[in-house]
Amino acid sequence: MRAIRPRLASRFAALLGLAPALAILVVVYVGCTAWTIWISMTSSRMLPSSNFVGLRQYEALFANERWQVSVGNLAVFGVLFMLVSIALGFLLAVAIDQRVRGENLLRSIFLYPFSMSFIVTGLVWQWLLNPTFGIEKMGRDLGFAAFRFDWIVRQDMVIYTLVFAAVWHAAGLVMAIMLAGLRGIDEDIWKAARIDGLPPWRVYLSVVIPMLGASFATASVLLATSVVRLYDLSVAMTNGGPGVASEVPAKFVMDHLFERGNLGLATAAATSMLITVAAVVGPWLYWQSRRTGRAHA
Amino acid sequence: MTKRCDVSIRGVEISFGAVRVLEKLDLEVAQSEFLVLLGPSGCGKSTLLNAIAGLIDVQAGKVWIGGRNVTWEEPKDRDIAMVFQSYALYPRMTVRGNMSFGLKVAGMPSAEIEKRVAAAAAMLKITELLDRRPAELSGGQRQRVAIGRALVRDAGVYLFDEPLSNLDAQLRAELRVEIKRLHHRLAATMIYVTHDQIEALTLADRIAVMKDRVIQQLGTPNEIYRTPANRFVASFVGSPAMSFVPGSYEVREGLPWFHAEGVAAPLQGYGFADRLQPGAPIELGVRPEHVEAGGDISAAIEMVEPMGSDQLAWLRLGKHPVSMRLSAEAVAAPGAPMPIRLPPDKLNLFDAASGRRL
Amino acid sequence: MTAPAESMRPAWPNSPAAPRALEPSGARPRRLNPARVGLYAFLAITALFFLTPLYVMVVTSLKELSEIRSGAILSLPLAPTIEPWIKAWSSACTGLSCNGISVGFFNSVAILVPSVIASIAVGALTGYALSFWRVRGSGVLFGALMIVAFVPYQIFIYPLVRVFAFVGINNSIPGIVVIHTIFGLPTMTLLFRNYFVSLPPELFKAARVDGAGFFRIFWSVMLPMATPMIIVAVILQVTGIWNDFILGLVFAGRENLPMTVQLNNIVNSTQGERAYNVDMAATILTALVPLVVYFASGRWFVRGIASGAVKG
Repeated sequence: MRAIRPRLASRFAALLGLAPALAILVVVYVGCTAWTIWISMTSSRMLPSSNFVGLRQYEALFANERWQVSVGNLAVFGVLFMLVSIALGFLLAVAIDQRVRGENLLRSIFLYPFSMSFIVTGLVWQWLLNPTFGIEKMGRDLGFAAFRFDWIVRQDMVIYTLVFAAVWHAAGLVMAIMLAGLRGIDEDIWKAARIDGLPPWRVYLSVVIPMLGASFATASVLLATSVVRLYDLSVAMTNGGPGVASEVPAKFVMDHLFERGNLGLATAAATSMLITVAAVVGPWLYWQSRRTGRAHA
Repeated sequence: MTKRCDVSIRGVEISFGAVRVLEKLDLEVAQSEFLVLLGPSGCGKSTLLNAIAGLIDVQAGKVWIGGRNVTWEEPKDRDIAMVFQSYALYPRMTVRGNMSFGLKVAGMPSAEIEKRVAAAAAMLKITELLDRRPAELSGGQRQRVAIGRALVRDAGVYLFDEPLSNLDAQLRAELRVEIKRLHHRLAATMIYVTHDQIEALTLADRIAVMKDRVIQQLGTPNEIYRTPANRFVASFVGSPAMSFVPGSYEVREGLPWFHAEGVAAPLQGYGFADRLQPGAPIELGVRPEHVEAGGDISAAIEMVEPMGSDQLAWLRLGKHPVSMRLSAEAVAAPGAPMPIRLPPDKLNLFDAASGRRL
Repeated sequence: MTAPAESMRPAWPNSPAAPRALEPSGARPRRLNPARVGLYAFLAITALFFLTPLYVMVVTSLKELSEIRSGAILSLPLAPTIEPWIKAWSSACTGLSCNGISVGFFNSVAILVPSVIASIAVGALTGYALSFWRVRGSGVLFGALMIVAFVPYQIFIYPLVRVFAFVGINNSIPGIVVIHTIFGLPTMTLLFRNYFVSLPPELFKAARVDGAGFFRIFWSVMLPMATPMIIVAVILQVTGIWNDFILGLVFAGRENLPMTVQLNNIVNSTQGERAYNVDMAATILTALVPLVVYFASGRWFVRGIASGAVKG
């Protein structure tokens, strides 16, 4: 008996150690999600009500013009932001990997924006793109009287300015991930490729990029989550404007929760976001777990 | 597959920053020779191989391959092929893709590529693996593929950079035989880097033992084993290792003797290379299989290690441990006295200060 | 990183055409290579693009308002002044009150310190429990945490506001600390679990044989070994929590709004004419803490995003 008692005690202690995580998981992650989904199926407005209306809020949501704009914006932003960030980040990583001088300095320069908040990023770019005093004025002062760069106040172009700022913020992150991937490639592979007489671009295309699959996946998933979470940047840079031209779903939820007092619609929007994330992340997590499972086997 | 190039290294020096890695090194490798560069890690052997391949620039000196000065040539223009320790297979290509990719990029007609891949695969018995990916292969199979990728290049010189070090003992022995067979069959020039002295002894036509940026001794396996040029070579080559006893050189009644505390061994019959002053400090080295039982040097058994085919007895000779090979049937008990004889013609004597063979 | 640089993969050398007059010997002659020039040009231009916003922030914050209106955005200040910085720190207006961004700074510090400690403590404990102790269902717990790392906050916000109001910690420092602990849990757990999993299990077994229990092993054996991970976690959490906007806005309460929220209020809810120089000074002040952490931590920062954020 005496041999068993400390084991039982330890087992209990282990459960005690996991208690905070378990509580958070059950109360916050599961409980709150369920609550939100439940509200999204009621006719709640300012105050929660328990009047079940099925998917009526979702119908209203997808008929809502502002939501449509938000979703469209998110799609445009998401695709462009991810493509440009990954392309630029990869190119930067490859360039830095050519044994250039000042590697540490360059790396710091490309990554520092990532350490700052989206609020700071948004405000800086708001200032740079300000048509009255910013880049447009600079162009005109240089003698190009017809120079125009007023995207930030144009409804049809404002979303691209968000892409601009976000790429500046995140390309360094992609670079860091890719650089880690490149440095992880066996040196002998490069030697073998040189003895095979492969030109460098060919090695990157046929050998290296296929080997960096995991890095590309990681970068994509990270960027994709920040796309869905996109909120601060839109608030700071344009506050959704001009008009509703740079609204995004996360902002739609927040505004309807706290300013417009429409809980039903807000939670329906939040639930839609959750479903989108699940559609992106689910397959990736599955793939990851299979990969690590294979690696352990 | 008929090209066989000779390789000539002339006064090559290499430094990494302030660290000198190779010191003014000369080395000639004949056509169809199997040369092994043997040494502990950090001795510069891999660096030398990389320099021959053109993967590392030399700071001074020249590299000639097949009668051509290739010092400034790209690796692909040096008529070489190379096999790496980590296999360095392209992970996302099939075995066939790995073997043919270099040729394809070089613009060789695909019929010729097919032919070469098939021939190399047959030679290495990997034909049924051609459509698999490296991740699906065992270590031994991967290294066969890597060797295959080198073979299809039909090069004048084949370079091996510790190709078997990542494999377990049994596979290592198996592939060692395979490589030796390959060399017989192709009669190609091969330069092979390893830190494993058994590999060196079994494979090489000639071995270059390296340490501290220079070649310590260059010779056939037999020469290296029997007449090591210095104490380092003697201790590095051979397993179980040579035993060493420090002592001094004495002359008694006109005959040379080795003398240490509690030990006196006659040296008449030893092929001295130098003239020694009596009393000179020297070190005696003897291999376990050369220690003979039943002489007039007294020693005692301390411990016996059965090794299957034979036994290794650890003796105490004066103050120093000496190992001795015994047949598996011999009866040896720890603590028993064991008089021995040290045959002078099989001994090795080294200068105590410089370690040079005397 | 320890291998001498030259043993790394060699840079692609230059075209093989070498002067044939002298016999090739020694190192290959180096010549100016157009690809190399292009490479450096690309890096230089991109570096300029990345640095411009920082530069513009700094010069704008040092200019008089009149100079901003007349001059160019990229020009250096003619008469540098630190007036905007003083104003931004102590008297810029956020809505009705005009106490500068210093209020937000101290709020952020008050939120940051307990939040970093609490989130790392809970994360480290959870990561430890999930790595060495075979508690039933721990795999499910870990998987669930990983999934949650990706879920947008908007899903949780309304119920959490209600729960916190019920418990009585909404709009307070304890409330926002709990929030940061909750949302830091997945990343922190992952960070520490991955680290503990990489340690030799014999270490844990030896401690068990010595008779140490769950908390004793955690406190005396594992935490001291996890120092590098703690540094990484501190870097991640300090920058993450300092840069947070949405959680502070919703949960901290009017009195405790963090610096990012105050900054946004100063810049975006000004009535009448905007003082761009003060705005930029306030922006730099807000960015200062994470920037200092970033430049001071160097490789640790990269390691942080590589081992924490990247996998989670």
